[in-house]
Amino acid sequence: MFDLAPDEISAVTLSLRVALWSMAGSLPVALLTALALSRCNFPGKTLVDGLVQLPLVLPPVVTGLALLLLLGRHGLVGGWLDRTFGLVFAFRWTGAAVASAVMGFPLMVQAIRLSLDGVDRRLEDAARTLGASRPLVFLTVTLPLILPGILAGCVLAYAKSLGEFGATITFVSNIPGETRTLPLAIYSLTQVPGGETAALRLTAVSVLLALTAVAIAGPLSRAVGRRVRGHDSGD
Amino acid sequence: MTLEIDLEKRRGVFRLAARFSAGPGITALFGRSGSGKSTLINLIAGLERPDRGRIVIGDTVMFDQTTGIDLPVHRRRLGYVFQEGRLFPHLSVRHNLSYGRRFTRPADRYVAFEQVVDLLGLEGVLDRRPGTLSGGEKQRVAIGRALLTSPRLLLMDEPLAALDQARKDEILPYIEHLRDEMRVPVIYVSHSIEEVTRLATTLVLLDHGTVMAAGPVEALTGRLDLHPLLGRYEAGTVISGQVVAQDPAYHLAEVAFPGGRLFVPNLKAPAGAVVRLRIRARDAGLSLHPPEDVSILNILPGQVLARGPADGGLVEVQVAIGPTTVIARITLKALDRLGLKPGCAVYVLVKSISFDSHGRD
Repeated sequence: MFDLAPDEISAVTLSLRVALWSMAGSLPVALLTALALSRCNFPGKTLVDGLVQLPLVLPPVVTGLALLLLLGRHGLVGGWLDRTFGLVFAFRWTGAAVASAVMGFPLMVQAIRLSLDGVDRRLEDAARTLGASRPLVFLTVTLPLILPGILAGCVLAYAKSLGEFGATITFVSNIPGETRTLPLAIYSLTQVPGGETAALRLTAVSVLLALTAVAIAGPLSRAVGRRVRGHDSGD
Repeated sequence: MTLEIDLEKRRGVFRLAARFSAGPGITALFGRSGSGKSTLINLIAGLERPDRGRIVIGDTVMFDQTTGIDLPVHRRRLGYVFQEGRLFPHLSVRHNLSYGRRFTRPADRYVAFEQVVDLLGLEGVLDRRPGTLSGGEKQRVAIGRALLTSPRLLLMDEPLAALDQARKDEILPYIEHLRDEMRVPVIYVSHSIEEVTRLATTLVLLDHGTVMAAGPVEALTGRLDLHPLLGRYEAGTVISGQVVAQDPAYHLAEVAFPGGRLFVPNLKAPAGAVVRLRIRARDAGLSLHPPEDVSILNILPGQVLARGPADGGLVEVQVAIGPTTVIARITLKALDRLGLKPGCAVYVLVKSISFDSHGRD
């Protein structure tokens, strides 16, 4: 059953690569966005909040199209990136990572923001009276306390990326070995006669990857949560 | 170490205007809830910003509105012990204690980790998490954590308010130790007159955002006009004295104070010890002649200084015993029957005396 053909293996590794890069790439941005939304009041905050949520409510195809218009080789930002840095996203696996990142971004921001809202600000004040500057307070108090939220956000973004279809196929098309991730490969196999067995095989791999993520994330976030709540002498 | 405060802060309809100075020892900010005590201590800590004024601690200007100096919280080096402890839940007790230490320059450090652990009896809990500690243990860790920053001044915001009496009795000796042995200057916010008379050297009385009086505890507790603010039921005059003799047969100590001598049962302090006693107004009575054949041991001659306004059927009378003043709470009827007026010679009958603590020598 798991005797995968080379192009199937490439779909799996590509999916993992895209998922990891999209997760890692969006984490710093999501953290900053969550901080701004949770801790700062600035004009246009509602607008930013809405923009962040947008990929969640738009049809993925629309998000993909928007990415194409923005980051395509002749897009508003894409053309400039190409000319200035030689950076191209369109029809590349990096573009697939960007599409995944954008789709998972609202989930990640939401998870981190919720945990930030839950941090007792008085603990941060206490840290400042003990001599820690604001950046150090963030590193030594806030960050450890929101670690469960960050983990949850990463797992959500990772899972979202593994399943991402519409935005990816619209933005970077369905190029074998370059942008054909697992869902795209499964879809392609269902479009050709006799592809059902291979499609089922990849579906099983998909399920396995998702289960692995859950199996790792569950105990990990429980352990981190226990540490943070401090009811356990698990040093 | 001296502390100079002169500041104003407006928040909505509440206005805090505080001006006082304090020396070494424990300075208590005393007042009802809503009197501005916590706001004042947060302004000193730098967690809130005054609208106007000046905060000077020792020779360091923390805040001065006219010159624009506003030292950020983390550079003020003021240890803050919060009412709720505020220990970091993700760190062990050991790491909570040493948290602030690494931010203190080695040249500024005056306490060692082991010293604080010893002092507060924390050996047994060093590897535990705050979530597993009792209320009293948490507060001891919080005190240790603040102390380990080697603070210029320790700020304590009702550190005992969330604890029951047994836990309070557990912590109080540690705070006295800070005052007497380590000589850390402390600002202590409280609404408990017992804690204040037991601990404080200087008393700052706050009411509705205004400093009503500031000065030595003994002087302020003897003032008739401040008595309502000090809490009528428990309010009493604080007297510092020295144990001159102990009568082991009767477990009775004889304490000399400016103006006379008092006999206090069950006072466990050796001859020569400086102690602080509190005579509650409701425990003091007055008589025109020294009564004989009464069970009351302490009968002190004095002179009526003034009387307070009638409070229902009760009235407070201020009596001078030498240079010491004592307040007695008697009935209005007794006042009229004895014809007490300022200048009258009276005898103060003290039914019971609270022994609050060993004072400082």
